[in-house]
Amino acid sequence: MKHAISPAAAAALIPDGAILMIGGFMGVGSPHRLIDAIVAADKRGLTVIANDTAMPGVGIGKLIAARCVSRVIASHIGLNPETQKCMMAGEIKVELVPQGTLAERIRAAGFGLGGVLTKTGLGTVAAEGQRIIDIDGDPWLYAPPLTADFALLACERADYNGNLSYQLTATNFNPVMAMAGAIVICEPREILPVGAVPPDAVNTPGVLVDHLIERASR
Amino acid sequence: MKYEEIIQRRVARELHPGTLVNLGIGLPTGVSQFILPEDGILFQSENGIVGMGARPPEGMEYSELTDAGGSFVTAVPGAATVDSTVSFGLIRGGHLDATVLGGLEVDEAGHLANWMVPGRMVPGMGGAMDLVTGARRVIVAMQHTAKGRPKIVPTCTLPLTSTRRVTLIVTDFAVIEPTDEGLVLRERAPDISVEDILNVTTARLIVPDHVPEMDLRAGAAAH
Repeated sequence: MKHAISPAAAAALIPDGAILMIGGFMGVGSPHRLIDAIVAADKRGLTVIANDTAMPGVGIGKLIAARCVSRVIASHIGLNPETQKCMMAGEIKVELVPQGTLAERIRAAGFGLGGVLTKTGLGTVAAEGQRIIDIDGDPWLYAPPLTADFALLACERADYNGNLSYQLTATNFNPVMAMAGAIVICEPREILPVGAVPPDAVNTPGVLVDHLIERASR
Repeated sequence: MKYEEIIQRRVARELHPGTLVNLGIGLPTGVSQFILPEDGILFQSENGIVGMGARPPEGMEYSELTDAGGSFVTAVPGAATVDSTVSFGLIRGGHLDATVLGGLEVDEAGHLANWMVPGRMVPGMGGAMDLVTGARRVIVAMQHTAKGRPKIVPTCTLPLTSTRRVTLIVTDFAVIEPTDEGLVLRERAPDISVEDILNVTTARLIVPDHVPEMDLRAGAAAH
């Protein structure tokens, strides 16, 4: 059984300079209250691994605006002009990774694999400085595993064993990040009694989850 | 007819009934309005939905049903949602019949550049590199020129999205097919002559004896 903790208590677990994977796609499926708590705790020097940096004022966009982040590994920052501005000014180091490759790099880390080989990005600037591996005369781009100190997730339903069930397009990177973060913290909309989430509805087994965020008061 | 509609209608004719298709954000998104229900085409969005429907009526949006741009969408009956690894497995694994993307430049080799302008616009490639690498067919849907400047050029000056040759280029002037021999002019837009097309194209075009006008009826063509 896991006791749900407050967003502030979860944020206090995260040291300055930590490497965070954060679930979500344009803010959909991101742990919004936990992000607010990280901003309120004034964390610095964080690395954020995520699909995108959302928009100003939304999700990861709040971490960017509050200058909590010094490094971003993402597939897209185009809808957040602040991230682009910080990148141009040299305040945030941005590594752009093709979206499918980003997902697979995270998966490799979480699934105990030494990386993946992909055709995506071969012959483009995305391959610059990367290893090309020849398999029987066929070139592949090697994409190394991507690990993190924390995976910060959101889901629709959880139970107090930490079993997670996602909803619709809020699923996105959350399940794969649950496999890859050393410490996994999830912010569910609802936490149900153990047994109330049917086994078939569990997308991420609770054994992977270290902390649940208590639900919003209402 | 507005230029977007010419492009969108013609791209719709290019889609195969009963297949899975990814439409890029912006102009390509609008292709869906010219697809008929009986075409049975399922739209995929890289954030993790197979069977994406139109934007819901005002007041009926749902915060966790969105497209890759974060806009509200619906799910058609029989839709499925998947996580990012499966979404890109569908794309990279060759399970997507076609991807329709915008373009900044396409060149004589059929190479597409559509994701950055160094020093000026660095949004990130998002899913574009995976889509162009993995979809069975790649259809570029774009204006023929950008503020009068040709976009179909001898060699791309902008960073490539992929070294794969795209399948077809559909613009408000023409339909052009990259082949082993080079770019072949297949069709022209209504009221546009072959001469007009050559005037706004710096790439070498192979011009057959007969260049028919585009078929702009709504709906996917049966193939």
